[in-house]
Amino acid sequence: MNRINLLFIAIFSSLIACAQQIESSVKAKDATSVTYTVEDVVTELNIPWGMVFLPEGGMLITEKSGEIIHFKDGVKTEIQGVPEVYVRGQGGLLDLELHPDYKNNGWIYFTFASSKGKGDGGFTAIMRAKLDGASLAQNELLYKGGPNTKKGQHFGGRIEFDNDGYLYFSIGDRGNRDENPQDITRDGGKIYRLHADGRIPVDNPFVGKTGAKSAVYSYGHRNPQGLVKHYKTGEIWEHEHGPKGGDEINIIQKGKNFGWPVISYGVNYDGTSLTDKTSNSGMEQPFFYWVPSIAPSGMTFVTSDIYPDWKGNLLVGSLKFKYIERLVIEGNKVVKREIILKDLGRVRNVRQGPDGYIYAAIEGEGIVKIIPNK
Amino acid sequence: MKIILASYIVLMMGMSGFSQNTKLEESKKRGSEIYADFCINCHMPNGEGVKGEFPPLAKSDFLIKNRTKSIKALKYGLKGEIIVNGVKYNGFMAPLGLSEDEVADVMNYITNSWGNKNKKMITEQEVAKVAKK
Ligand code: HEC
Repeated sequence: MNRINLLFIAIFSSLIACAQQIESSVKAKDATSVTYTVEDVVTELNIPWGMVFLPEGGMLITEKSGEIIHFKDGVKTEIQGVPEVYVRGQGGLLDLELHPDYKNNGWIYFTFASSKGKGDGGFTAIMRAKLDGASLAQNELLYKGGPNTKKGQHFGGRIEFDNDGYLYFSIGDRGNRDENPQDITRDGGKIYRLHADGRIPVDNPFVGKTGAKSAVYSYGHRNPQGLVKHYKTGEIWEHEHGPKGGDEINIIQKGKNFGWPVISYGVNYDGTSLTDKTSNSGMEQPFFYWVPSIAPSGMTFVTSDIYPDWKGNLLVGSLKFKYIERLVIEGNKVVKREIILKDLGRVRNVRQGPDGYIYAAIEGEGIVKIIPNK
Repeated sequence: MKIILASYIVLMMGMSGFSQNTKLEESKKRGSEIYADFCINCHMPNGEGVKGEFPPLAKSDFLIKNRTKSIKALKYGLKGEIIVNGVKYNGFMAPLGLSEDEVADVMNYITNSWGNKNKKMITEQEVAKVAKK
């Protein structure tokens, strides 16, 4: 064997040992100047997973540990009647959303890890309820995934409504990537679609397929913690955590397979390869992917006139880098990524309030409001 | 007879040491699975942590010197300023929802990995005794 051959073998085996990754096409940069100040709105929260703004003023906030907090005029009140939450690993009380016609019907939707049903462990569930004073009432369990598992990962849990009133929510792969995400007869690794009252729409993509979970709308997801309706197209945009690298933004489409874990731009946590494929026929490419990972949680489009320079941009919270990313989108591409709200803490959630301001929920801190300089 | 008795005693001692050892090995093995499931995303595959954000567990002076405090952190969470290997951390680790035997297993794993050494095995009973306050 000659030297060149040996060299090839050496290079080749080093490739196998430490998988190569293709970095994101656009890199995040610091803003050239800071054009806003940050104001505390709610202080002393631990993991504020979900938040909604009530039309009568004030907000509801979920703490992962299992509490729903009502906040108004500086006063926090713990809401009673919250179902039992399975707090383990990444699981707990998760997102919160209001029905689009909340003003008239009062329905509040929330996701949580639940140990209800057969077997040890838990799985993501979604419930709706109404507020009766400082208590939940008329609790209705709309869906619960299974089978329960003691795994601590990937509960997903974001909730969003579309323009037709359909309810979407995510469940992550529950730490079982080899069985759940690619199998439509199993829960986990999916985006689900329901009617607002929990019925399964008859035109859901897998209705009538033998053994299929008919609430499933799209599959092949890892751990989606971002779900938001596009302000113009009405499409549901999703983001999900990759392993090491390979976080994604996807535009959800009916019945489509988003590829996890067959295709991914990420590698295993220890740096070894998990798949050699980044594309495959019958599997969707992400709209955008992050290498390295930012650990995305929560997202919103900026639509208000309060931030003229940010209008139409997508804001995404980063747990890992403790900032918000402002993604400028032109056509069907991310053309710029800017870092805002640097170093305040792990950003769990970001939303535009009904007053047009951007609010961010920060772990270990609370909820802040971004106020542009005049 | 004396010799037989003596060698019997030696053998028994060896065996009890051996069974203690296999117990520890089994606990560490279960602990490594819990680590991969519950801790790796913050403390990283080799316990190296992320400087300034997630403290290291590998050769962590905090972990080595504060056995009970570490068990308490895993049972009830940990918040506020701590110093690990000379670096300040002021973060928050939420309670992870592990059962007492799982806390013992993961403690046995992290106190015996990446250059850490712990002579006294941590048992479920020891974990059970650690109170919140
Ligand atoms: C979500 C991130 C996260 C996860 C998951 C997590 N930790 Fe931690 N851990 C932290 C943070 C942050 C601190 C420091 C808290 C502070 O500053 O008070 C910490 C502190 C510690 C400490 C004490 C400091 C040290 O370095 O010795 C130990 C021991 C520890 N963690 C072990 C574990 C184990 C074992 C697991 C899994 C069962 C785990 N952690 C899961 C974030 C995490």
